Amino acid sequence: MNIPNLFKIALKALANNKMRGFLTMLGIIIGVASVISMLAIGQGSKDSIREQISEMGSNMIMVQPGGDMRFGARQSASSMETLKLPDFEAIRREARYINGASPTVTASGQFINGAQNHPSTLYGVNEDYLRIRHFSLDNGAMFSEQEIASAAKVCIIGQTLVRELFPDGSDPVGRVVRFQKIPFLIIGTLKSKGANAMGMDQDDMVFAPYSTVQKRVLAITHLHGITASAIKEEYSERAISEISAILRSNHRLKPTDDDDFTIRSMEEIASTMSTVMDTLTILLGSVAGISLLVGGIGIMNIMYVSVTERTREIGLRMSIGAKSRDILAQFLLESILISLTGGIIGALLGGLFAALLTNVVGLTASVQPWSVILSFGVCTLTGVFFGWYPARKASGLDPIDALRYE
Amino acid sequence: MKEIIRLDNISREFHVGGEVVHALRGLTCLIREGEFVTIMGSSGSGKSTLHNTLGCLDTPTNGEYYLDGVSVRKMGRNARATLRNRKIGFVFQCYNLLPKSNAVENVELPLLYNSAFSAAARRQKAIEALTAVGLADRLRHKSNQMSGGQMQRVAIARALVNDPAVILADEATGNLDSRTSCEILILFQRLHLQGRTIIFVTHNPEIAQYSSRNILLRDGRIQSDTLNSHVHSAAETLAAMPPPED
Repeated sequence: MNIPNLFKIALKALANNKMRGFLTMLGIIIGVASVISMLAIGQGSKDSIREQISEMGSNMIMVQPGGDMRFGARQSASSMETLKLPDFEAIRREARYINGASPTVTASGQFINGAQNHPSTLYGVNEDYLRIRHFSLDNGAMFSEQEIASAAKVCIIGQTLVRELFPDGSDPVGRVVRFQKIPFLIIGTLKSKGANAMGMDQDDMVFAPYSTVQKRVLAITHLHGITASAIKEEYSERAISEISAILRSNHRLKPTDDDDFTIRSMEEIASTMSTVMDTLTILLGSVAGISLLVGGIGIMNIMYVSVTERTREIGLRMSIGAKSRDILAQFLLESILISLTGGIIGALLGGLFAALLTNVVGLTASVQPWSVILSFGVCTLTGVFFGWYPARKASGLDPIDALRYE
Repeated sequence: MKEIIRLDNISREFHVGGEVVHALRGLTCLIREGEFVTIMGSSGSGKSTLHNTLGCLDTPTNGEYYLDGVSVRKMGRNARATLRNRKIGFVFQCYNLLPKSNAVENVELPLLYNSAFSAAARRQKAIEALTAVGLADRLRHKSNQMSGGQMQRVAIARALVNDPAVILADEATGNLDSRTSCEILILFQRLHLQGRTIIFVTHNPEIAQYSSRNILLRDGRIQSDTLNSHVHSAAETLAAMPPPED
């Protein structure tokens, strides 16, 4: 029996039972559509988190004072003061895998401009910081090394502060805001960056020379942290071990001592989040996969009924010359056609659903070509796997018994 | 005349629950081209087993069966399927037409399993066969839109479409009333006149008078094998029948 005839027979059989075929197909349609849209949602969220993290600077490395939390116990206050300016200078001098580093000290409080005030965070940083965090200036200029050396009372403010403190729309550059009674001259404004992956407003910050914040605001000699950027994202790990070695030697730690600082990289955070998203994607995908499996069992069920119902037809076909393999191929092709057609419709629906989520609901869902190929593969396999047993049963019938079947 | 069927001391045994049932016990017979043979016998006489054997649906336990010169006994399932496709035309008691398919689709079915025929050739042959059984005006009728007699004609057309060596009918008039039976028998007699070889398995003794030869089975053996010197005309029988009531 040649292939076109086989198709003709299988299509005819499906056409004879349109409603039943459609209902069987529905299981596959729902299964494939949900697999594709769930994987698209998973991948979309992962992509959007990745993108936001890379906007924050995916090659960013953060050094914080104090070792890891041990068994959940908070460590003594002095252990939080282990990072000093010489540590930063050593890193800047010696580390080869970084192309920028900045000390950080932070202070929170109200920023006041006349009658307007707004609570925000003051970051004491150096001139590298904008580049490390992928910030750029909207207006004005970054403070210089001289201004850092002289602990000048200058600052750069984010767009949220521009909006809150200068609601009349006047140019903030050249104006003065007060923070804890200290007047800061605004020398620049930041371009808006929006919220980051954790939902933090990245426009709600003020940058000032770290020396100013250390000496004039906080009156401390230690640093709250050091922020650096690796030459490339791939070098993050090497940069971490390099910085770790520098800090250990600077702090004169014995090989048996634990680190008195913690280094984390954005890359690390990003991959942790990716892992979380992957787990979520697998979870969503497998729930959808189960519905595909149930759809497949639906096919098997219907094919079984169909074989039993058409026993006499099978007997007739055999008596007029159909070989066992013709019957096998006929029923197998029927189930493959059901599952493949269901697969195509399901893939279209899944894509439509993903597009709907993206454009109407606002979720990021990106349909992966591999998930479409996967669902198609699964569909064909489902057709073969669940169609095989009933088809096998049909082809193994004895024509004499089949013809006599009531 | 050419030998179509040669049965050489065939027997068929079935094993049912540890017991051996002898359905056929050493049957020998020869059927030549152009014969119209009725095979009769009461139930349990081995009629069905002989029908299945002649139809290559079953193989004898012992003995040899040659269909159109080909030995069937040692053939496998697939080889017999092909042999049936080329050499035998089946007509069943309950027609066995495909539901929801029209007459042409039903008739061209055997040719679907013969890759020598293209779609156009199949259609052509099917229309010819349907014309030969007098259904040229019913080509597109579905099986559920036809009467029993018409359905059996479609089934006969399906048996003719592959130009078989032998037409094997199993109680082909069993589901029909006497008038329609008569019409079907007229058709068989006409096919016989055209030189077709027909084997008609039945338990109805009346049919024997329309055939050229009658084989009577009993307990798996041939009890009698007689040539019919005076073949009745089914057409005359029909003419003698009282006209239909409505």
